[in-house]
Amino acid sequence: MTAFWMLAPLMVLAALGLIFLRNAVHAALCLAVVMISLAVLYAAQDAPFLFAVQIIVYTGAIMMLFLFVLMLVGVDVSDQVRETIAGQKLIATILGLGFGIVAVLAIGQTVAAATVGLDGANENGNPYGLAKLLFGKYVLAFEFTSALLITAAVGAMVLAHKERLRAPVTQAELAAQRMRDYAESGRHPGNAPTPGVFARHNAVDTPALLPDGTPLEESISQSIVARGQLREGYDDDIDELREQLEGSEDEAGEEK
Amino acid sequence: MTEYLTLSLILFTIGAVGVLVRRNAIVVFMCIELMLNATNLAFVSFSRQHGNLDGQVAAFFVMVVAAAEVVVGLAIIVSIYRTRRSASVDDASLLKS
Repeated sequence: MTAFWMLAPLMVLAALGLIFLRNAVHAALCLAVVMISLAVLYAAQDAPFLFAVQIIVYTGAIMMLFLFVLMLVGVDVSDQVRETIAGQKLIATILGLGFGIVAVLAIGQTVAAATVGLDGANENGNPYGLAKLLFGKYVLAFEFTSALLITAAVGAMVLAHKERLRAPVTQAELAAQRMRDYAESGRHPGNAPTPGVFARHNAVDTPALLPDGTPLEESISQSIVARGQLREGYDDDIDELREQLEGSEDEAGEEK
Repeated sequence: MTEYLTLSLILFTIGAVGVLVRRNAIVVFMCIELMLNATNLAFVSFSRQHGNLDGQVAAFFVMVVAAAEVVVGLAIIVSIYRTRRSASVDDASLLKS
């Protein structure tokens, strides 16, 4: 039970992180903590085969898949605070707490028979016992999982495959498009200005300043804006600086 | 035995609340995985309680189904993201009206 009492609070904390952490990557790391701890609990409960499978399949394959998709989709701020259904979070929390309390009370009131233990079932080794069940009693279910896995693989390929609808745009066409944009709407054909240059903070999360002191939003990388990492309060900085400059000009004028 | 079941229930409840509360489709998926893992813990505990391996076989099948489900689900999320540029479950509401 030592492993259980060491890991259980950690697992509950990590699971709570899945609800409360805004960043999806942090949530994924919390889930990995829960899964590895579960693997240890399986090992503690005489299930060495499931211990290995849990580590290989869950933390190895599934978590990797999650992180890959996070990488593809990008870490954006899609977890907005606005609720589509009013009071949904509150209702969900109350319902969840109610369910948890009722279920834990129900478990507490049941009278469990003495634990038999798996020493008898595992006498030839745990994988041997599992294989005997899988290829004996549950062989039909096992056959069906092969159909399921093939369907899933084909489904994923069909869903993730992107049919190219038009020919890829070449560099020459892109250049021609830029010049056309410039002729029609006056959009600058050259590189976008770099952020942070001629700004008060020399960093990529700060927009560059135009000669008249107004910030140029286009100089910030789109991904920084999407992640919500744009430095806030630079307007105040600029106003403060402008006041100082105007103040010093006034003083200079008065002295004359 | 009871401790393991209680932990399993707590994890399941946290996963269920997460599915209802979170808006990011990928995090919702992770919460579903948490619920599946919690049931697996209960299966393994019952297996030891009853002294036979059927519970462990059930947990094994749950893992297989979870793997298939994650593959298809994440492919759907990626294809939705491609067309709508968003991974929020609130934005995928085309069928609503």
